Amino acid sequence: MTKYTNDHEFVREDGDVYVVGISKHAAEQLGDVVFVELPEIGKSFSKGDDMAVVESVKAASDVYAPISGEIVAANAAIVDEPAKVNEDPEGSAWFVKIKASDPAELDALMDEAAYTAFTVES
Amino acid sequence: MSMNNQGRPTRAVGAATSGAASTFTGNKALQIEEGLIFEIGHFAETGVDLPEPEGVESRLGDLARSSEIGLPGLSEPETMRHYVRLSQKNYAIDMGPFPLGSCTMKHNPRLNEKVARLPGFADLHPLAPQDSVQGALEVIDTLAHWLKELTGMPAVAMSPKAGAHGELCGMMAIKAAIDARGEAGVRTRVLAPESAHGTNPATAVQCGFSVDGIPADDTGRVDLAALKEKLGPDVAGIMVTNPNTCGLFERDIKAIADAVHEAGGYFYCDGANFNAIAGKVKPGDLGIDAMHINLHKTFSTPHGGGGPGSGPTVLSDALAPFAPAPFVVKDDARYHLVESRAAAKEEGEAASSIGRLTAFHGQFGMFTRALSYMMSHGVDGVAQAAEDAVLNANYVQARLKTEMTAAFDGYCMHEALFDDRFLKETGVETVDFAKAMIDEGYHPMTMYFPLVVHGAMLIEPTESESLRELDQFCDALIHLAKKAKAEGPDAFKAAPIHAPRRRLDETAAARKPVLRWTPERPPQAAE
Repeated sequence: MTKYTNDHEFVREDGDVYVVGISKHAAEQLGDVVFVELPEIGKSFSKGDDMAVVESVKAASDVYAPISGEIVAANAAIVDEPAKVNEDPEGSAWFVKIKASDPAELDALMDEAAYTAFTVES
Repeated sequence: MSMNNQGRPTRAVGAATSGAASTFTGNKALQIEEGLIFEIGHFAETGVDLPEPEGVESRLGDLARSSEIGLPGLSEPETMRHYVRLSQKNYAIDMGPFPLGSCTMKHNPRLNEKVARLPGFADLHPLAPQDSVQGALEVIDTLAHWLKELTGMPAVAMSPKAGAHGELCGMMAIKAAIDARGEAGVRTRVLAPESAHGTNPATAVQCGFSVDGIPADDTGRVDLAALKEKLGPDVAGIMVTNPNTCGLFERDIKAIADAVHEAGGYFYCDGANFNAIAGKVKPGDLGIDAMHINLHKTFSTPHGGGGPGSGPTVLSDALAPFAPAPFVVKDDARYHLVESRAAAKEEGEAASSIGRLTAFHGQFGMFTRALSYMMSHGVDGVAQAAEDAVLNANYVQARLKTEMTAAFDGYCMHEALFDDRFLKETGVETVDFAKAMIDEGYHPMTMYFPLVVHGAMLIEPTESESLRELDQFCDALIHLAKKAKAEGPDAFKAAPIHAPRRRLDETAAARKPVLRWTPERPPQAAE
C-alpha cells in the first residue's frame, strides 16, 4: 500500500525496504523536471530531513525523508533522464529505497484517499 | 533562408521563427536576422591589420602558437552591426516598463551616466597612487557616509560587488563574530523564511551553516510563533528580507530582532527591497545587524542579465569589528585606503577584519552613479522615490485586482503579488500569460517566485512609470485576463508570435544545454 506525506512524497513497501519518490500530483505541479540530485547509498536520514533535490523549469524543491532510515538504493536512471519523473513518478521513477529504522512512522502518513482529498483542498 | 559563408542557416528554422510571411533574406524590415559571431566571422581573417614587426626575434621558441587561435575576425563596421542587431532584439528599461518583481528595473537617470563618464572617474586605475585619486576616495567615503546615514548603521563595507556578495560579507561577519565568542561549531543553524530569495539559503550554506525554513502566516509574513519555536542555542542567526518577497512589510520585525538577539543570534536583513523604505525607515532602528544595499536597484545604476551589481553592506556595532578590507579612512584633509587585515588591526577600525572580498575597492563605476542619484534627489527625494514606488505598485494592484487574483489582502509595498487562481479552469498557465505579455510589448513580470504562492506573478512597476504608462500596462493585462477567461488557452499557448523568436524550449535548454559553439567541421589537427 502507498502512503503519502504533506510534502508530496510517496512511500511504498517493497519486501524489507521502502520505495520513496514524489507523488504524481507533485510531478504535475512542478512541470518539466530538469534536474534530480539523490543522496549517497549508506547515508542515514531522520524523518523530515532534506534528502534529495528536484528542479523543474518552474522551481527547485527539496525532497524530505518521509521515514527515518538508511538509503539502500538510489535510482540513477532519473538522474540521467529527469524527464522520467514526469512520465512515471510513482512507478519506475522512484527516487530512493530506504531501510526503515522505525516502520511505525508510516502510521502517521496519509493513505491514497486522504492524500487525494488533501491535494484537492490545498 | 539565408546562409552564412559556411552554408549554415543564419536563423532558426520552422516553428521557432516569427509567424508573419517570410522574406527572401529572413529579415523583417527593421528586424535584421543575425548569425552567431562565429558564423559571420572567420578565424583566418582579422579586422585590424598590423604590420609584422621587423627585426624583432621571437623569444617564444617552442611556446609559439602553431595553430589558429580560433577567434572570429570581423571588421569594425561588421562588429558594430552585429551587436547593434542583437541589441535590437532585446528589451530594455529605455524602451518600456520592465515590471520584473524583486529586480527594481527603474529608470537610470542620464545625469548619473554623465558624472560616471567624467575622465577623472572613468579613466582611473585601481592601482593609481592614492595622492592622485583623492577625489575618487572622497566619493567612496561620501557614499559610505550617506549609506550609514540612510540606514542608521555605524559601519559599511563598500567592496561587495552585488547583493549576494553582500550577503556573503554579512554572513562571514556573523560567522567571525560567533567564532570570536568561542561558539564555533555550536551555532550552526540559520533560519530563513520560505519566501526568501534563493541566495539567502545558498549564502548560509556557503558559510558552513545549515538552513531551516520559517513558515509564512496567512498574511504572507514571517510566522513569529513558529520562528520562536525554532530558536535555540544552535541558531547563528536569521535572514529576513524586508519588505519581503511577497511585497509586504514585516510588521513584526522588531519582535523578530528581539527574539533572535535574546536567543544569542544575529539578524541579517536582505536589503534587496530597500527601495521601498529608503528615507522612510532606518534599518538600524529595527535591530538589524547586517544588511546589503543593492545600489543597482535602490540607487538606480544600470543592471540586468547578471550585472553589474554593487552591494555595500552595513553592519551593526556588534559586527563592525569584522568588516572586510579595504576601506577608506580620512585623517585631516587626506583620504587613504586601509587595504589589509594587518593594516585594519593597526588602524583600530575593523580590528578583527575578515580580510578582503575583492581584488580592489568595489564597483567604483556604480559608486559614482549611486552617489549622483542620491545627491540629485536629496534626502526628501529619496523618500519620495520610495513613496512613489509604493503608490505605483498599489495602483497596479488595485486596478488588476478586478480581473486577476492578488495573493494577499490589503495594501502592498513596492511590488504587487498575484497568484494564478484567476486562470483556474482557463487552461492558461502563468508562463503562457507572461509570454502573451511579450506580444503586447512588455517584458513579463517575475514568474513562479516567490515559491510560497501558486503560479506567482510578481509585478514591480517602480516609481519611474507615469500614470499614462501604468494605465496602458494595466489595460493590457486586464485585456489578457479577460481573453484567457473568454477564449481559453489556444492563443496563449502559441505566444509569443510577434517576437524575433517564438516560444523557446526551456525544458530542452535545461536538460540538454548547448553551452558552446562548435564548428560543423572541426579543424583538422596537424599530423
